[in-house]
Amino acid sequence: MAKKKQSTRRSKAAVGLVVGTTKGVFLLEASRSRRGWTQRAPALLGSKVFDARADPRRPEHMLATVSGGHLGPTVFRSTNRGRTWTEAKSPPRFGTSKSKKPTKRGGTRGHTVAVNFYLAPGHSDEEGTWYLGTAPQGLFRSEDGGDTWSEVEGWGHHPKWHSWTKGGADASPDGAFLHSIQVDPRDAKHLFVNLSMGGTFESLDAGASWSPLNAGVAMDFFPGEPPEFGHDPHSMVQHPGDPDRLYQQNHCGIYRLDRALGTTWRRIGERMPKSIGDIGFPMVPHPTDPERVWVFPMDGTELWPRTSKQGKPAVYATTNGGKRWQRLDAGFPERDAWWTVLRQAMCADDRARGTGLYLGTTSGEVWASRDEGQSFACIARHLPRVQSVRFVRWS
Amino acid sequence: MELTVHVGSILFEYTGGRSELVVEGSDVAEALADLDRKYPGIRFRIVDERGAIRPHVRLFLDQSLVEDLGVRLRAGATLHVLGALSGG
Repeated sequence: MAKKKQSTRRSKAAVGLVVGTTKGVFLLEASRSRRGWTQRAPALLGSKVFDARADPRRPEHMLATVSGGHLGPTVFRSTNRGRTWTEAKSPPRFGTSKSKKPTKRGGTRGHTVAVNFYLAPGHSDEEGTWYLGTAPQGLFRSEDGGDTWSEVEGWGHHPKWHSWTKGGADASPDGAFLHSIQVDPRDAKHLFVNLSMGGTFESLDAGASWSPLNAGVAMDFFPGEPPEFGHDPHSMVQHPGDPDRLYQQNHCGIYRLDRALGTTWRRIGERMPKSIGDIGFPMVPHPTDPERVWVFPMDGTELWPRTSKQGKPAVYATTNGGKRWQRLDAGFPERDAWWTVLRQAMCADDRARGTGLYLGTTSGEVWASRDEGQSFACIARHLPRVQSVRFVRWS
Repeated sequence: MELTVHVGSILFEYTGGRSELVVEGSDVAEALADLDRKYPGIRFRIVDERGAIRPHVRLFLDQSLVEDLGVRLRAGATLHVLGALSGG
């Protein structure tokens, strides 16, 4: 098993950002005031990291998904705030099929995990439990802090897995990912997963059975009425301020679903300025107020450049569940900034007032706001392409 | 049968920096299994869950490209595990 020592320095920082990049993990640290961010030496240098985050139940513990390069995908763990990292004893892997090839009825069996993509801590009552989404679209669970992983077979061996995922086809430009895994804070058995080119799916029994949850979501790329699945959620969140309130940044707009009232999503992105549109990747909820979320629109016109719109980066916020949107760009470059923000690369911290907002860019910068997005400052630059930014509080 | 295995630097984190290793087996599959016993986790970075050699890894038994892990070994052979050149 691979072991990597990064630093012997013990940190006294109160908060941090775990930044996953195409060349490793970078840890940014600050005091409780969230000022004066400092950057630690890179961990897992040279590895393509799609997600890296601390365990909110044991914040000294961290996981990082490692994929790409010459070697196969794996997971690294740290139990000392990133000072040393050890490879998982048993990383995610699919089961085999008799023919050694995927079949229509075999689900994920016979497939190969290409990318370990998305990490989600399990329920707060289930210490050591994590979920991980892969490409092709597998769902894995660990009950020992990420050391060993087992496939959630109710998902991967579901008789409709082949239909829901188009046979695990790599239909989207960057891969057929399973992402935005949500664990209901009220019920550990209530889960959501999201598929690029597949849609949103819900389980009420800890992953044993699943149902599509896509009614009302547009599929502009599909001729005719949208079917039950096949949609393209980019990010989906179960709002921590009201777990019955779901928000989704989709390939075809921004949506909201009040789960207690039904199963049909309502497009709230139509209230965004027409010149900006409602296409993007991140969807970030306020820590307590269910009326509030932040998004980062990108250019989704014609060839889908996937840059900030008109080269002018901006966050958009709503404080009333999507009835109105406010542009927030103070501190960002006013022009000629052609970066964007990827799905896992934007997050909020845990302060109900003066909430911190953090985002990492495709050009290797990390920006922070201590005032809910009213102003931003660059706190790290010259990093590799940022793929994930996750907040952690140590004290 | 004893086999010498040469690994590139991409696998040094598993081997403690050693490039030349000695394993036992009658074919390549057994040699990789023994390699994994001695350096846990190394096999899964070379071979996927279907038993296929990963796309950007190449195995050479002496001068011959290995495409089937069932290839029999002969005494005194050397197995090279290489990161295949791909991209710029």
